Amino acid sequence: MNRSTDHVLVAGPTGPIEAALADLTATAPARLRPAVLIQVGLADAYARIDSPIGPLTVAWNGRGVSVVDAAEDDATFETRHRTVTGREAFATDALPPRLADAIARRLGGDRRVRIDLDLRGHSPFERDVWRKALEIPRGEVRPYGWVAAEIGRPRAVRAVGTALGHNPVPLIVPCHRVVRTDGSIGQYSLGGPGNKRTILRSEGLDPEGLEAQAAAGIRYTGSDTTRIVCLPTCRHARRTTDAHRVSFRSAQAATEAGYRPCRVCRPDSGAARAA
Amino acid sequence: MDTDDRLAADLAHDLDRSFEALVVAHQDRLYTIALRMLGDPRDAEEASQDAFVRAYRALATYDATRIREMRLRGWLTTIVLNLCRTRGVRRAGQGAPPISLDVEGAPTIEPSAARTEAPPEVAERHAERERWSGRLAELPPVYRAAVVLRHVDGLSYPEAAAALGRPEGTVKAQVHRGIALLRTMLEADARNELEEMTA
Repeated sequence: MNRSTDHVLVAGPTGPIEAALADLTATAPARLRPAVLIQVGLADAYARIDSPIGPLTVAWNGRGVSVVDAAEDDATFETRHRTVTGREAFATDALPPRLADAIARRLGGDRRVRIDLDLRGHSPFERDVWRKALEIPRGEVRPYGWVAAEIGRPRAVRAVGTALGHNPVPLIVPCHRVVRTDGSIGQYSLGGPGNKRTILRSEGLDPEGLEAQAAAGIRYTGSDTTRIVCLPTCRHARRTTDAHRVSFRSAQAATEAGYRPCRVCRPDSGAARAA
Repeated sequence: MDTDDRLAADLAHDLDRSFEALVVAHQDRLYTIALRMLGDPRDAEEASQDAFVRAYRALATYDATRIREMRLRGWLTTIVLNLCRTRGVRRAGQGAPPISLDVEGAPTIEPSAARTEAPPEVAERHAERERWSGRLAELPPVYRAAVVLRHVDGLSYPEAAAALGRPEGTVKAQVHRGIALLRTMLEADARNELEEMTA
């Protein structure tokens, strides 16, 4: 085949067709690498969301949400994110719409909506604690001792507190719904106890009322019609009218009075230590 | 030991720690192949992104011995070509594109319009590349794939044959046929240009 025809010269390629083809290489867009790493979970994307305690930063990757943090600026967030996950984080404008919607619905109390979480690198004990916290409904609280008993580690109350303090995805895993066994609100990883109260209030609870109740020695509430005893914030306990409400200082006292524990809030979990 | 052999050894040793190096080493190649096969930068970006994600998920299921013995170049090429093929089919059926993660501060996809201040020789080279990419797009996909792998990506015939899953002789014939068709297009373009100039 004759390559150097007049037409080829007129058309202007500097060399044969093969050379023109070799010049067709392209550079991948800069966002390709982060996009791949984020999708496979070797890096995270992050964006801001609104919450009852102000703007929060949420990090996620193809495996799920990895971090929720109240950092004031990107640099602080990225440093904290790297400490927790060991991964690079890339800023984005907004959460993917489906994830944003799922988080909004979950924070609004819809527990049916599924949010994948990426909790790699955390211990099985921590994940057990967080999974248990996920079971606590909006508008209710459980003591640390209850979580410890429910995960089969009744003596690990302090470790439960530590694990909740290390919860990388507060609000989504509602560690704010776990309070001290003596009924006081306790610490909170997302900016301290003040924020914990604000969030609980936004969920329809009266934290000060609860603490006053606990200070008065009321740890359990029963109904003299059903003769069932509950933790005070259990939705069944809250249905009981004042006329029929009976208070107990311990689960043992309730049992002795002939009350059986509620099967929903299981007030006997961790009761031995609480008593 | 060439770069890919070293990469394969590293991936076999620690996939998560080494995967980014694989992306960095092959992203321009895969993007180029996808761009020349699909013609559209956005589609090419999605196809090459998807190819790496599939590669990672596959590697995560392979044992170390299998990864160490892999021919990464050809393997990644096969993945991206398959995705270009299914994307082409889906596009014809008007399917929705997958969701992508836009990263803030990332530059826009491929420079094209924003080249007004480029010197004339740069602009001319760009125009020339556009013309060739247009001609490539007109090739039947079978020839286009063979030509892209052999002459744009620079794979050897045995590598291209392995990546395409076709006999080497077939690939050679397809490359030659593709080049012949490109020459015909080039000649037609030149004729048209000449006619315009003399009209």
